[in-house]
Amino acid sequence: MKKWKWSNLYLIFVFILLYVPIFYLVGYSFSAGDSMSNFHGFTWQHYLDLFADTRMIQIVVDTLLLALLSSLIATIIGTMGALAIHRTSRPVIKNTVLSMNNILMVSPDVIIGASFLIFFTALKIPLGFLSVLMSHIAFSIPIVVLMVLPKLKEMRQSMLDAARDLGSTTTQVLTHIIMPFITPGILSGFFMAFTYSLDDFAVTFFVTGNGFQTLAVEIYARARQGISLEINALSGVMFIFALLLVIGYYFIQQGAQTRKAKHKGGETL
Amino acid sequence: MKKSTTNAAFYVPYGLWLALFVVAPVLLIIYQSFFDISGHFTLGNYATYFQSGTYILMTINSVVYAFIITAVTLLISYPTAYLLHYAKHKQLWLLLIILPTWINLLLKAYAFIGIFSQDGGVNGFLGMFGIAPKQFLFTDFSFILVASYIEIPFMILPIFNGIEELDQGYVNASRDLGAKGWQTFTRVILPLTMNGVKAGVQAVFIPSLSLFMLTRLIGGNRVITLGTAIEEHFLVTMNWGMGSTIGVVLIIAMFLIMFLTGERKRKGGRA
Repeated sequence: MKKWKWSNLYLIFVFILLYVPIFYLVGYSFSAGDSMSNFHGFTWQHYLDLFADTRMIQIVVDTLLLALLSSLIATIIGTMGALAIHRTSRPVIKNTVLSMNNILMVSPDVIIGASFLIFFTALKIPLGFLSVLMSHIAFSIPIVVLMVLPKLKEMRQSMLDAARDLGSTTTQVLTHIIMPFITPGILSGFFMAFTYSLDDFAVTFFVTGNGFQTLAVEIYARARQGISLEINALSGVMFIFALLLVIGYYFIQQGAQTRKAKHKGGETL
Repeated sequence: MKKSTTNAAFYVPYGLWLALFVVAPVLLIIYQSFFDISGHFTLGNYATYFQSGTYILMTINSVVYAFIITAVTLLISYPTAYLLHYAKHKQLWLLLIILPTWINLLLKAYAFIGIFSQDGGVNGFLGMFGIAPKQFLFTDFSFILVASYIEIPFMILPIFNGIEELDQGYVNASRDLGAKGWQTFTRVILPLTMNGVKAGVQAVFIPSLSLFMLTRLIGGNRVITLGTAIEEHFLVTMNWGMGSTIGVVLIIAMFLIMFLTGERKRKGGRA
């Protein structure tokens, strides 16, 4: 009984540690002062400032648009890649492609950023929205592949054989059997790609030009100039947004699990 | 027959991505490392790196910092992951661990600027006990603390997955056979969850080598990591050749760590 109490105490301590900075940040967004010290009384002023800051709003819109577009394209290419890898029968090729797929997953952001910068410069692609978009697609593809592949592996060959025996064409097998089955994996992949894009700072910092900013780059620029409680207000908004995303992801996962459970139940019957 | 043609069609965009954004950039960074600032082919960058002393010192420094950060993170994360495994409502707890990773890194760094500043939270707290304000920001201590804070969830998740995979039967068997709690832990639990630990170390060590934003905002340019040096060369001094050389060193370091910790995926642990 005693042991149980101690363990919970430790967990609670770690959670406090994890959340103190975030609540500190969000808490001061309501402070009437202009620095993150001595709470000066409650105000919505910083939120009003934030919503009146057209530059900031534009950057937020750009960032979301970028995340949506890059994750969408990455999901399409990544899913195709996963299908291709899944169908590859020679283990040597399969393993080589898989290791290559993981290179961008383990590479430090600075390396990705620097090498992409050399790449874009060599091809004379102007730095700006296009180069950032291409980079975000590029580093999001491997996670999509890794999310879709396990789903493909779960799929039973007999199901595909049955479909073919019953006269389905290859396209029909793909659209009617494979796609519905791997949809949870595709959704998870899309979701991860979306958050990767939103989260990225280092790669964008390297490959963006003067004309295009994402939120992370903008916060970096402002944070170097010192504290402005407008950023705190922004983090308040983003915390709510992250909360919604996490809840959304949780339900996608749960949905996938109940589906799986149902599936298994069906099998035993 | 038809199968192989559709397969080829699926491989086109993905293969193009592999060639353009995986293979080409790595080759380009290696190629670039052989050119000096005015575009002449040279081995000078490597000579500078190995001979000047400052670069070697910086590399050692960077590795030491990454090592400390990884050790601190591991020390906090292992017990957390272990307790989490036996906790009630662990899915909910897990979700709460993941949530901070979805807050933008920059915002978390920014929060610490506030917390550590002269009249910030920490000094305010110390002030209650009559301790005079201290300089926290721009110290090695703050850099290690903030970096560890950011990496903790990425360490907890792989270890947690490792512990989840552990068959409870082994633990029970060990206890039934008379092992003490500590013995069970060191002889059974720890070896069997080593894969999770390795994955976690990999997930934390490699990014810690290359943090450059934190060294600016929190470390106040006192801490120079490999990442800072690369960023400096690419975006400030425009000496891409030297930057690429350090990049090649970092890539080699990365493969070395992956070799040492066995091949495991990094960010995947987040899910």
